[in-house]
Amino acid sequence: MRPGTRLALVIAGLAALALVPAILPGYKTSIATEVLIFAALAMSVDILAGYTGRVTLCHGAIFGVATYVVLHYVTVAGGSVWVGVVLGVLAATLTAVVFALLAIRTSGVYFILLTLALGMIVWGICLRWTSVTGGENGIRGTVRPEWLADRVHLYYFTAMCFVILAWLMWRFVNSPFGLTLKGIRESESRMRTLGYNVPLHLFIGFTVSGFFAGIAGALYAFFNSFVSPSTVALGQSVEGLLMAIVGGAGTLFGAIIGSALLIALENFVSLYTERWQMVLGFMFIVTMIFAPEGILGKARSLLARLRDRREGAG
Amino acid sequence: MDRRSFLKTAGIGAASAAAGPWAHAARAQSGAIRIGLLSPLTGVLAAGGKELVEGFELYWKQAGTKIAGRDVEVIVEDDASNPDTALQKARRLVEQRDVHFLVGNILANTGLAVSEYVRGNGVPYFIPVVAADDLTQRKRIPNVVRVAGYSASQMPRPLADYAFNRKKARKVVTVSQDYTFGHEQCGGFAQVFTELGGTIVQQFWHPLNTADFSPYLAQIQASGADAVFAMETGADANRFIKQYADFGIKGRIPLFGAMNLTDQSVIRTLGAECGGIISSAHFCEGSDTPATGRFVGQYEKAYGKLPSLYGFSHYSCAMWLAEAMKRISGKVEDRAIFLKTVNGVTLENSPLGRPVKLDSYGNPIYDVYIRETKARPDGKYWNVPIEVYPSVSQFWKYNPEEYMKQPPYSRTFQGIKK
Amino acid sequence: MSMTAFQLLNGATFAALLFVVASGFTLIFGLMRIVNLAHGALYLFGGYVGVSVATWTGSFFPGALAGAAAIAAIGFAIDTGLLRFVKGGELRQVLLTLGVAFVLNDIALVIWGGDTFSVPVPEFLEGPAQLGSMVYPKYRLFVLVVGIAIFAGLWLLLQRTRLGALIRAGVDDAETVDAMGVDIRRVFIYTFMLGSALAGLGGVMGGAFLTLYPTADSEILVFSLAVVIIGGQGSLVGAAVGSVFVGMLATFGQVWFPELAYFVIFGPMAILLAFRPLGLFGRAA
Repeated sequence: MRPGTRLALVIAGLAALALVPAILPGYKTSIATEVLIFAALAMSVDILAGYTGRVTLCHGAIFGVATYVVLHYVTVAGGSVWVGVVLGVLAATLTAVVFALLAIRTSGVYFILLTLALGMIVWGICLRWTSVTGGENGIRGTVRPEWLADRVHLYYFTAMCFVILAWLMWRFVNSPFGLTLKGIRESESRMRTLGYNVPLHLFIGFTVSGFFAGIAGALYAFFNSFVSPSTVALGQSVEGLLMAIVGGAGTLFGAIIGSALLIALENFVSLYTERWQMVLGFMFIVTMIFAPEGILGKARSLLARLRDRREGAG
Repeated sequence: MDRRSFLKTAGIGAASAAAGPWAHAARAQSGAIRIGLLSPLTGVLAAGGKELVEGFELYWKQAGTKIAGRDVEVIVEDDASNPDTALQKARRLVEQRDVHFLVGNILANTGLAVSEYVRGNGVPYFIPVVAADDLTQRKRIPNVVRVAGYSASQMPRPLADYAFNRKKARKVVTVSQDYTFGHEQCGGFAQVFTELGGTIVQQFWHPLNTADFSPYLAQIQASGADAVFAMETGADANRFIKQYADFGIKGRIPLFGAMNLTDQSVIRTLGAECGGIISSAHFCEGSDTPATGRFVGQYEKAYGKLPSLYGFSHYSCAMWLAEAMKRISGKVEDRAIFLKTVNGVTLENSPLGRPVKLDSYGNPIYDVYIRETKARPDGKYWNVPIEVYPSVSQFWKYNPEEYMKQPPYSRTFQGIKK
Repeated sequence: MSMTAFQLLNGATFAALLFVVASGFTLIFGLMRIVNLAHGALYLFGGYVGVSVATWTGSFFPGALAGAAAIAAIGFAIDTGLLRFVKGGELRQVLLTLGVAFVLNDIALVIWGGDTFSVPVPEFLEGPAQLGSMVYPKYRLFVLVVGIAIFAGLWLLLQRTRLGALIRAGVDDAETVDAMGVDIRRVFIYTFMLGSALAGLGGVMGGAFLTLYPTADSEILVFSLAVVIIGGQGSLVGAAVGSVFVGMLATFGQVWFPELAYFVIFGPMAILLAFRPLGLFGRAA
């Protein structure tokens, strides 16, 4: 992509983000906030699933750990919000570290199952450790500071954080380190032969993706003012994964499309029918059969083909 | 009847919600009264959730759907027996569908999540079934009102008294779902029972939606208890009763239950295994009070089944709210006046056959029946009254101020007198 | 002493059910390398079909048969209709089955609604049986017996029939079997149908004492995964050992460490995956 086009896209994107509260007022602004938070989660999943080729089912749990810590620290322990956020992100990153240490020796289907099991453990703890997590009741309380009480303010704050996160993740996956991750996805044995410390790269990649998921989780605490075992359940991880894959694995920004599509569709479809789960399932089946590279991936390959044809016809 | 909305105006409601802020002003006082009804249509309380909607709708079917010239529109959303979903749907109803007030939910954790949400924006929320004690005790939220409802620990206290004094139980094991409602029901039971001189031998807490009770049943058998108090709701109640009988404990250790355990929504699909369970509640479908008999007959005619607690509570709630709305000529936009009126209603034609009103803390006072499950001549099981404790409030015989000094019931505090 | 015997039986009977479901899963996983995330949905759907047929005919056994047969048919449809379009892409297959699970669950919700159902148990299996000084539900003992019978049946199938030999060879090395001229595609289809039928049968059996409800599918799926991971893919004995392991852990975990109940099951699963990903009895392809 030419630098000029890229810059134009970035400016267009930022402008679109800035105009959201005007174009989509009221309740829809809250939906936009939600889309951005889950887009951040989906992008963190993409770092691992798309760029490194390790499909993960535990990032919902990592995300939710941050939410729990923030809500617990502020509501139950009575601490300050920003300290809570730092602790939340720290807790999520630590969780990712522990998971990474266990998971780096596996790949493919076993990696999926292992991350699933690890996510279940976190869920089980949140469900049964009632004295800390509130068990079935969850933890409720408004943790966002006063100046973010208004939904438009919260939106702009989230959008700002999102832009920073997206930029950081973009730099990360395009750095030499990120390229190594891609190399690992293509052929682990080759990378090993070339002398790269694959386990170390995997470990860092996992931890970094967990870090970003944690930030998204902390933002979710601001947005939702409530956390319960559902937030760390398998369903949350599946949703994040779906967003990343439907949007386009390995494209990073496909995750935004995935998140917007899933959340907007759910809100829209639910007005007319209860069959959202079926719609979601079909969408996934169709994507896997016809466009496993996701929406953005498919768009890119179509564009590339158009370009080739144009160049070839000359 | 389509679950999603009661009246066909729902489609219009959606379109106007999408139309944005300018449609809002036009709708104002003369448009429909929009009620957001939250209910678990899936999940562990699905059976009860369905009846919640049926009971609520039955009232409007009978009384007509107009109040002071305005249409009454009920928009139903499924909370999936899950607090996160309940919160999401509450937000959607208030912010996207512009409902005037919220009603419903069953599970206490869903009710608490929604309560916290409405605390922030002042939307009235009426909870005939959500029974978390503190909502009318230490942590009252002014716009959350227990219309035609009850508090969790209110009902099992007479049962504890009955079990100790009439049935001579002395050592009880409690089995309960591990969340607020369970903690509070068991706490209510345990405090009275131990104050009378009994012992709570052991307490089992299990997550909602537990399919397999065998580990607990094994321990109950070995515990040496002379009675069991089971606090289960929904599908858990159904499974517990079945497994209690399957494991041969029925008939050997008497079973006392929370009213949810032997509710119609649970025992309707059961046979002899649910007979002989003693519970306590304000509502008893087998009661021979004429008003109750009339209501049960009407319900059976409309839905082909006996009414459960959830159907009854929401029928009464609809009746209560209709009364309040009539008194203010349907002007539900004025929240302060609406809430004040609701709080001041005395329900005269309640299916309970006695007037119901709120105590000074916002919780109704009831005559509580001790009920036993028995078979009708047609083979169906229902609850019949065997004794009544009159005028039981949420505070039992305690002084309210003194009572509220003790912490709310939880896993760690069950009011057990040492 | 009697309490422990009681809990042992609880664990064993639950393990028997797990085995019926997980054996189907491990055959599919072992032979076709497909992690069928719709396996739980198949269990639930089969159970619901069993409820309807058993209620309609008034008898449990036609219900069980119908459940198994219906799910075998659905399995056939999934394999030939969907999975063959994503051949060769392991991860694509896994994610496709996830989509199938969502669709199946929603269809079940439309047909049977959100209520909890119980498969009606035959009269002679209702209630408790007297085992010496102990009293134990007859139906759970029946499940135990059936579980053992299915193990024996599957073992005979794998060891003594041509299909079984082909399945075992395919688990070891599907490419070579294909190269030898055997229609491996047929073997795959039969295996998928068999695995699915076992899930459906498990649904009917489990539905009688654990009941059926909209989230039962993910619960049983997750347990099946634990069993197959611990026991090793494609190994029948592994599935049996894994089932006993998970069944006992689930039961005694609830009694001894109720707070850590999930950790007790998924902890070992996670540790095994981390250090011995092929499970206790699995072998590398």
